[in-house]
Amino acid sequence: MTRFRRRRKTVVVSFAEHEADILANLLRNLVELLYDGLPPRATESSDPLAALLDSDGPTSPPEDIVLQRLLPDAYKQDDMASAEFRRFTERGLREGKVTDAKRVLSALEESGADEIALEPDEQLSWLRALNDLRLAIGTRLDIKDEDDYSTWEKLPEDDPRRLTYDLYDWLGYLQSALLHNMR
Amino acid sequence: MTTAPSELESAEVDEAIELSPPWVTVVWNDPVNLMDYVTFVFQTYFGYSKQKAEKLMLQVHQEGKSAVSNGNREAMERDVEAMHTYGLWATCEKS
Repeated sequence: MTRFRRRRKTVVVSFAEHEADILANLLRNLVELLYDGLPPRATESSDPLAALLDSDGPTSPPEDIVLQRLLPDAYKQDDMASAEFRRFTERGLREGKVTDAKRVLSALEESGADEIALEPDEQLSWLRALNDLRLAIGTRLDIKDEDDYSTWEKLPEDDPRRLTYDLYDWLGYLQSALLHNMR
Repeated sequence: MTTAPSELESAEVDEAIELSPPWVTVVWNDPVNLMDYVTFVFQTYFGYSKQKAEKLMLQVHQEGKSAVSNGNREAMERDVEAMHTYGLWATCEKS
């Protein structure tokens, strides 16, 4: 059973071992997905200007539907502007998400069965990483509106999507509990 | 010491900024993101009061979208990028 409590500005969280394993596995998959399909960064020797401006990112949206949701277009009706935005920002956005996920991962790996004390900036990384996991799973489950909740809850016990939905629900609980213990 | 000319210059610059077309950062409704989390992001990133952040969050939730900030295009692109960092679905629009 996951427990959260507040100690001044620190939030202390403790997981059952199997819960920490599940969360760590989800995060490893997320990190792998975010690295996937990203060309190596330009170096000073290969393209000095691109390396300086950090302008050699991708210009078209990713093919994977989860990545499309995590790295959305910045303009609704202007593909050119979206492509330009992506070229300058997508790499950094992916790296930021990887950094958040890895921070949570290393905390889980280091703590073992012990409590994890989260300082305010770590709390932000946790919130964002938990949110990215929810977005990833919610997109795979094709959750389209808030009312899907009742639909998913009515799935038969042996439906494989049920387990995924339970994970999604649990991540929402974690994010919400963390948020309510922050100040 | 000459301060007057630079004051004059900055007045002209202000006018030029006002004349450039304003842009907005629009946040779109999303079935996944928790309402409390969206409110938290508006408070944390934009520094909005809880009341203002909740009002914007409810507008996103009930009307499908909300313009959460406005300014020049570069500033709005920074805000959109920040919203994506937090996993909110945001776009840049001309207001």
